[in-house]
Amino acid sequence: MRDVAVVGFAQTAYARSELELNETEMLMPVIHQALERGGIPQKEIGFTVSGSCDYLAGQPFAFVMALDAVGAWPPIRESHVEMDGAWALYEAWVRLQCGDIDSALVYAFGKSSLGDIRDVLTLQLDPYYTQPLWPDSVSMAALQARATLDAGKATEREMAEIAARSRRDARANAAAQVTGDFNADALLAERYISSPLRKHDCPPISDGAAAIVLAAGDLAQRVSKRPAWITGIDHRVEAHGLGMRDLTASASTRIAGERAGVGEGKVDVAELHAPFTHQEIILREALGLDDDVRVNPSGGALAANAVMVAGLTRIGEAAQRIIDGDANRVVAHATSGPCLQQNLVCVMEGRS
Amino acid sequence: MSNRVAVIGVGQTKYASKRPDVSIAGLLREAAQRALDDAGLTYADIDAVVIGKAPDMFEGVMMPELYLADALGANGKPIMRVHTAGSVGGSTAIVASHLVEAGIHERVLTVAFEKQSESDAMWALTVRPPFQPSTVGGAGGYFAPYIRAYMRRSGAPADTGMRTVVKDRLNALKNPYAHLHQPDITLEQVAASPMLWDPIRYAETCPSSDGACAMVLASESAAAKAPGKPAWVHGTAMRSEPTMFAGRDQVNPQAGQDCARDVYKAAGITNPRKEIDCAEIYVPFSWFEAMWMENLGIAPLGEGWKMVQEGATGMDGDFPVNMSGGVLSSNPIGASGMIRYAEAAMQVRGTAGEHQLDGVRKAMGHAYGGGSQFFSMWIVGSEKP
Repeated sequence: MRDVAVVGFAQTAYARSELELNETEMLMPVIHQALERGGIPQKEIGFTVSGSCDYLAGQPFAFVMALDAVGAWPPIRESHVEMDGAWALYEAWVRLQCGDIDSALVYAFGKSSLGDIRDVLTLQLDPYYTQPLWPDSVSMAALQARATLDAGKATEREMAEIAARSRRDARANAAAQVTGDFNADALLAERYISSPLRKHDCPPISDGAAAIVLAAGDLAQRVSKRPAWITGIDHRVEAHGLGMRDLTASASTRIAGERAGVGEGKVDVAELHAPFTHQEIILREALGLDDDVRVNPSGGALAANAVMVAGLTRIGEAAQRIIDGDANRVVAHATSGPCLQQNLVCVMEGRS
Repeated sequence: MSNRVAVIGVGQTKYASKRPDVSIAGLLREAAQRALDDAGLTYADIDAVVIGKAPDMFEGVMMPELYLADALGANGKPIMRVHTAGSVGGSTAIVASHLVEAGIHERVLTVAFEKQSESDAMWALTVRPPFQPSTVGGAGGYFAPYIRAYMRRSGAPADTGMRTVVKDRLNALKNPYAHLHQPDITLEQVAASPMLWDPIRYAETCPSSDGACAMVLASESAAAKAPGKPAWVHGTAMRSEPTMFAGRDQVNPQAGQDCARDVYKAAGITNPRKEIDCAEIYVPFSWFEAMWMENLGIAPLGEGWKMVQEGATGMDGDFPVNMSGGVLSSNPIGASGMIRYAEAAMQVRGTAGEHQLDGVRKAMGHAYGGGSQFFSMWIVGSEKP
């Protein structure tokens, strides 16, 4: 495979409800920051691709106006996936493998606050047999958490400790939305919102945007002192029905992790897209991460979870550790669908 | 780095206003199974799946790749979902082709669909977002002024669009999958149909269809094992421009011109009208055939309508367009672009049945979307590039 690296990353500060800026206005500074950090002007970008979802804004073609944030004139080579931005990054990586262009701009945006996100996500389900029952995203995650507890793979205390650690770490992340010094005992004293999930086990509702610049080979070396080279990237899906798979494990993450080569070296940092605390435990196991791997130093999706953005942000946060020289080999993960149905794993390393 | 890509299987559903006999998943499987049968493969042979469709609101299923993963045999495999407005069917095929071109996969199943009968596209297109005027006119209301501007600019005779409709609907009679079969259609009948969005008459608009189209794309080594003759991908291109800004030419968009230039260059084509034997072009409203002939550089500027009037785009013309009957005869929105690509592949494979042209060596598939701002094109050939 051709060598491709993340050379620039930028994101908004995530907010519970971004009322003053529309999606295009939210995106514009993020895209230009990422381009500036990546050292590649918009006019020289070879390929642009984004991830977003119409159902967040409640209007068709929500991604069309976002094109204004890029400055798509003269006309650009461009594509869009109705998926988390992490899959847009995958498309860009594939496009760069074709060899005729050397750089790509990837962006994602999402205002989770515009509708009732618990209900909106229900629309992802089988429209004939499951959607009409209106199971919401938190209730489905609770089923998964209960199964994981029953299987002896997690305890409620471990889950509370993940929440406390994530939000404590998030204090060092200027983009994070939920931060603070939480204590597991105090968290466990709170009531359930959907047993066995308490509020701290769930992600915040976030609005925001993120952008990443990719560069291949010599160009990456020219524009970046320390590019985050993608050494492996893969994504897999599994059965949609919750009764069709083992909810306490993530087979698709395991396959994607193996194919991306997670186990082929020491992992310094992992940014896992685990919107619910118990999912971090499932993902760690699926990726075979040792206890000494630092997980979600950004605070992860428990600190900010802009739907359609949070996966791409994991790749950006992990890459930034390499760009900044804080890590040599990192793993980033993104998820989509109910109870970790679809997963993407990206392994990056520094070489200087 | 760049590997050859071949189309080794094509499958389509029967297009119809309503397909109550199948679920959304059943509709996709109908097309996918036909493509797999054509390629002599089963779901187990497929490495990855790429699906595409127009807005999720057209069916009311958000990110349907999640629900469709099981039906498309994607369990344990990669699945992606592309959405680039009306051009999506074409873009989806291109994203799938890149997976093979990049050497990542050997066999990729790509499917595009729309099941408009499960929702209401007119409703989904006319929501009222804050701070934006709603056109409340659907796509026809949006494009009518572009057509009016083209008529004024080119001085084209008023019956140009009607001629395209009659040609396409007569072509559709030879395509068993086409939605509209109107054996008695005449210019007089089209002229007498009600004016919907001046200058677009009812008979000059695409139907609203349920349907899916699928292709199996393969590497050179996988294509060598295929039972049928492959269509080779000679070039692909995608270009986009913003919806609105002062000075934008919506009638002859720059993105379309640039996309055509890219795809001709990729396919090594210098004189498209001579070197391309036929094309499947995205014509949802009659006049767009004439307009796109100019945008694609097939006709000189201001003379696209002459190709229509002279019959150059007919089955026996020098540049046949939409032998399948085109979007004017079948329009499952998200699939319409992929149908153009698949029909182009069928022509070079010699598998187009009654609407097959003789000796097609190179054919073009074209799709556009949004406010005439997203373009996607491919050129396929009977020989390896």
